Amino acid sequence: MFPFVFEWSWQLDWGRIVFMGLLYMVLGAISLGMLYAFVMTWLKLTGRDKLYERLWLRFPFTLW
Amino acid sequence: MDLALIPNGVQRCSLKTFTSWAVLWIVLIVWGLVSAFLVFWKGLNQTNMNHYFAFGLWIVFDLSLIALGAGAFFTGFLTHIIGGIFLYPFRDNLRAVVNAAVVIGFICYSAAIAMLGVDIGQPIRGWFIFWHANVHSMLTEVSFCITAYLGVLTIEYLPLILSNRKLKQVPEFNIFGNTLHHIVALFAAVGTFLSFFHQGSLGGMFGVLFGRPFAFREGFFIWPWTFFLFIHSSIAAGPAFTLLCIWVAQKATGKQLVTRDTFTLLAKISGWLLATYMIAKIADTIGWAYGVVPRAGLSFMDFFQAPYGVWLIIAEIGIFGIIPAIILITPKYRERENLLVIGALMNVIGIVLNRFIVTIQTLAIPVMPFDRFMTYFPTWQEWGIAFGSIGYGILIFSLSYRYLPMFPQEPELNPVEVLGTVVTDSGAIKRS
Repeated sequence: MFPFVFEWSWQLDWGRIVFMGLLYMVLGAISLGMLYAFVMTWLKLTGRDKLYERLWLRFPFTLW
Repeated sequence: MDLALIPNGVQRCSLKTFTSWAVLWIVLIVWGLVSAFLVFWKGLNQTNMNHYFAFGLWIVFDLSLIALGAGAFFTGFLTHIIGGIFLYPFRDNLRAVVNAAVVIGFICYSAAIAMLGVDIGQPIRGWFIFWHANVHSMLTEVSFCITAYLGVLTIEYLPLILSNRKLKQVPEFNIFGNTLHHIVALFAAVGTFLSFFHQGSLGGMFGVLFGRPFAFREGFFIWPWTFFLFIHSSIAAGPAFTLLCIWVAQKATGKQLVTRDTFTLLAKISGWLLATYMIAKIADTIGWAYGVVPRAGLSFMDFFQAPYGVWLIIAEIGIFGIIPAIILITPKYRERENLLVIGALMNVIGIVLNRFIVTIQTLAIPVMPFDRFMTYFPTWQEWGIAFGSIGYGILIFSLSYRYLPMFPQEPELNPVEVLGTVVTDSGAIKRS
């Protein structure tokens, strides 16, 4: 799972690239979503309303 | 005592009544915990699994729970991803059930993962599958996806938990919950992606067993047909299970929680998906009977011996497949509440039966000339874990219903009146 685990291979193996690539893409999307929620909460709580308004996502999440 | 926690505009039973209800399910959980303790302490010899049946009741339950929990990702997908464009007229109906679908999904996946924790025998080494990942294994993909998806379901569940009347008064929780709710489409999309692959890989896992002709299938690219059949069947059963859970909740509480249109919509979605799944399943069975079976040097009836006779395939495809599909896709049948519920229940039973056949019958069939046709019956410890997960599910659902605004249409459909006036802060009203 990580480059420092002994099974990790840097060889061009498409199965590995696709599998690990998709996994880290998904984990990245979840982490970024959570980070966004934490940052926006912090901005609102500390009264940075202008920045909060600017960072508030409008597309595609609120379009629908 | 807990009136301040009850959502605004709704009425709940007394804490005493609720506690009596909860005790029933806590007993099942205790049975499950005792069984889990015995398995951890004494090992997997507490089960009737052996070298023939490496998968037993727990895997049947896992596969069934994961299929039935598919209502969460599929309802989320319909509501948040395509709901605004393709299903615009039905979006309100879907929104009325999406919270319940998320709670059901969370229950199903957390119970399945807890059960797997017991099933692997040595949960202390459970992290090996992540750390030393075999990227060419379907099981690795399943493990990664269901774990990540449980995280997504927890994130989707959080805004609902944080909308509890008391928690909402804490500004940090309120803003955080609102922000998460605002970006829920992102998590719904991730959940759809993860679910698509793990539902499929659960089926693919059996389809690649070329040494077991009952399960083996050819397919498309690296995926055997069972990969697609599992996805198809889970999205057919998920909405039906959500419908069934809400209907049972309505009967248990004596209240209308969603409109009749919502039930009809879920039944229609489930019915058409089940009907198309049945066509694919029948085609797959015929293809298997005339392709894989003769190539393995066997005949169709070699796979159906007592107690896993040909009645199983008749029950799975005919009774619990075609009949519920007809009921759910025919407007005049699904308009009748009794038939609607029977159709949804039969749909759910059919999927559970399918997962049982794929897991147990596959292993029961001999693969060596000296092997016998095997049978398996679980021990009380195995039943304990399975019933414990049911108790856990009902308890979490009941707690969520009691303390969280799970059904947005409920206050409107069941206005609380005091001296002839509708009140919106009924949680603070003491009831006899």
